[in-house]
Amino acid sequence: MNKSLAVPEYNDEIVKKFTVASVFWAIIGFCAGLYIALQMAFPGLNFEPYFTFGRLRPLHTSAVIFAFGGNVLFATSYFVVQRTCRTRIWGSRLANFTFWGYQVFIVMAALGYVFGVTQGKEYAEPEWYADLWLTIVWVVYLIVYLMTLTKREEPHIYVANWFFLAFIVTVAVLHLVNGISVPVSLTSFKSYPLWGGVQNAMIQWWYGHNAVGFFLTAGFLGIMYYFVPKRANRPVYSYRLSILHFWSLIFIYIWAGPHHLHYTALPDWAQTLGMTFSIILWMPSWGGMINGLMTLSGAWHKLREDPVLKFMIVSLAFYGMSTFEGPVMAIKEVNALSHYTDWTIGHVHSGALGWVAFISFGAIYHLVPKLWKRKELYSLKLVNAHLWIATIGIVFYISAMWIAGVMQGLMWRSYDSLGYLEYSFVETVMAMHPYYIIRALGGVLFLIGALIMVYNLWKTVATNDDKAQFVS
Amino acid sequence: MIQDDKDKHIDEFSGIETTGHEWDGIKELNNPSPRWWVWLFIVTIVWAIGYWYVYPAWPTFSGDGFRGGTQGRINWTQYKQLEESQNEILSRRAENLEQFQKNSIEDVMKHPQLFAFAVAGGKSAFKENCAGCHGSGAAGARGYPNLNDDDWLWGGSIENIYLTIKYGIRTDNPKTRASTMPSFKGMQEEDLKQIAAYVMSLSKGWRYTAEGKTKYEQMCLFCHGQDGVGNPSLGAANISDSIWLHVEDSNPGIVSQIENPKHGVMPAWEGRLDDATIKQLAIYVHSLGGGE
Repeated sequence: MNKSLAVPEYNDEIVKKFTVASVFWAIIGFCAGLYIALQMAFPGLNFEPYFTFGRLRPLHTSAVIFAFGGNVLFATSYFVVQRTCRTRIWGSRLANFTFWGYQVFIVMAALGYVFGVTQGKEYAEPEWYADLWLTIVWVVYLIVYLMTLTKREEPHIYVANWFFLAFIVTVAVLHLVNGISVPVSLTSFKSYPLWGGVQNAMIQWWYGHNAVGFFLTAGFLGIMYYFVPKRANRPVYSYRLSILHFWSLIFIYIWAGPHHLHYTALPDWAQTLGMTFSIILWMPSWGGMINGLMTLSGAWHKLREDPVLKFMIVSLAFYGMSTFEGPVMAIKEVNALSHYTDWTIGHVHSGALGWVAFISFGAIYHLVPKLWKRKELYSLKLVNAHLWIATIGIVFYISAMWIAGVMQGLMWRSYDSLGYLEYSFVETVMAMHPYYIIRALGGVLFLIGALIMVYNLWKTVATNDDKAQFVS
Repeated sequence: MIQDDKDKHIDEFSGIETTGHEWDGIKELNNPSPRWWVWLFIVTIVWAIGYWYVYPAWPTFSGDGFRGGTQGRINWTQYKQLEESQNEILSRRAENLEQFQKNSIEDVMKHPQLFAFAVAGGKSAFKENCAGCHGSGAAGARGYPNLNDDDWLWGGSIENIYLTIKYGIRTDNPKTRASTMPSFKGMQEEDLKQIAAYVMSLSKGWRYTAEGKTKYEQMCLFCHGQDGVGNPSLGAANISDSIWLHVEDSNPGIVSQIENPKHGVMPAWEGRLDDATIKQLAIYVHSLGGGE
């Protein structure tokens, strides 16, 4: 059998680099998030021109999605593809290029935001020169990944790799199409998108929604499919479910973008398609949650002993919650209330903090002792503390944004019996103030949790195995 | 090929068959997809097909149909939905609007229901259009008059407030009221101080010189009147009430306003708000407490 074959020497150096980078950017991204949350509560914290909400907000979103999330995806995909293909990564030097190239992209984008260089497209703010550079890096990533798959020693391709590959390929397509723009001149930072008006909006949200679908969902499901069964030491629950939900997710997600443009200039038929495909997407999304959770069937006791596994399982619960909330919010009548309110922000963060960050923390906690060849983490108690503090932070965050968002939506649409608007915009802003403070408090807790993680990982790496005194 | 038991790979822990593949120690059970999952998936698809039948759903290549797509069974469009919801709100307004428009301001004031209607509409319009300068509570700020007190530059009757809102102050509107305070730049510093002292005395009862009073009567009295009570028809401020729009309540403040007078501009709302709304605003602002 395959098992008897020798294990090759994997390239873990590249995984180490990406892991360190992901932890570094996580802290930057969380700090930026906390700062802009405080700006919402206390507008005096806006310092013109560089540190205004408008410039720091894309800095936050890009830092957490692309810098933190992206580096986690690079780290885990390179780790997983080598092990599940039982082969060393193809083109180690090219893989190394993807590391430095990607970090350069992040810095390029971040500097652009602070200096006011932006395409003004949400989650695709970097201008044309940064977009082109990212394209090169991404194509090299795809080549390294594909070539590693081709020279695999296992007869079959493991499901985690399907998800990683879908993520890499689709993000490339999304990035290229949404990024098509005409620079003012070759020496100018400024460019304008090729499409205008509603076409541009549709392309943007086709991109935007699938960035969620393929970057933050498919990519992180790839992580889940390796690290959950590995950590639980149990087989994946259902091979058939993994095939069904993979293909249905891929096929259906790509249609759901128009739900970001309900009740706009976008034609009704396109809005309907966006809404109905979002509803159909519910079960394909949940397939991943079921397969992850059911992998633990009969092994639930492991949750008591292993806080790292707990991180992964809590992340799946948040994943299930936000992939249910998403289709609900895509329904026109619900969207009429929720759109443009902070409910959307709450929804995004239940997915981003609860699912993406938690599955990433789980994977990082699993990876670091393996990569640095330590027996275990420095302290599992600290992992547990991180889990609880961060979870309470998320609950603060999303419940504050739910209440605030629904309140905001109701205030906007409220007319009195004589037919006049009851509230002015500024009154709705004033009503949000206490909830903005609670949200920022949630952010503080989440950040504290992450700092505990940094300490724990640092001690894990710094503690020499021979005289290690693990705190259990 | 007929499978015998040797070909089957069974997971020892659960007794369930695996696919027989293994990657880095990870296996996969050959469980079927949960039934409820499959059924809910089918239900959502069936529901979507039904929805496509009822609502506009698919593009038509010929470009036929409403905005290039199928129309759906009930001919729904978002524009119709918007119109319906707007009509519902407008019909609430319409109950009073016609009567309100027909009646003069004087009659509206005598009619409690129409008055309540005017205040509701005026309040709503105020918050959207006026609060930016005058503040949510209409308390104003430096350079932006407080509308709660009884100090009015251009008159505090509803009619005057109406004129101020409609045509503005110092605007391009042909009917705007626009007079300005002349600059007395070049006047002797001593004279300026003595006039300022006299003006301060009007509200504070402080001492002043006879020369100060004489100068005031020669140069300021024509507009600001005996004892500084002002003249709303000229927009001349009452300067005997310690309320100052542009400067501090102090001698230097008054000196600076005589030398380099500051003037505010109130935009004209004619053409931006309809006449009924302006009438409502005038009644609302008047009702804030300081109306004459």
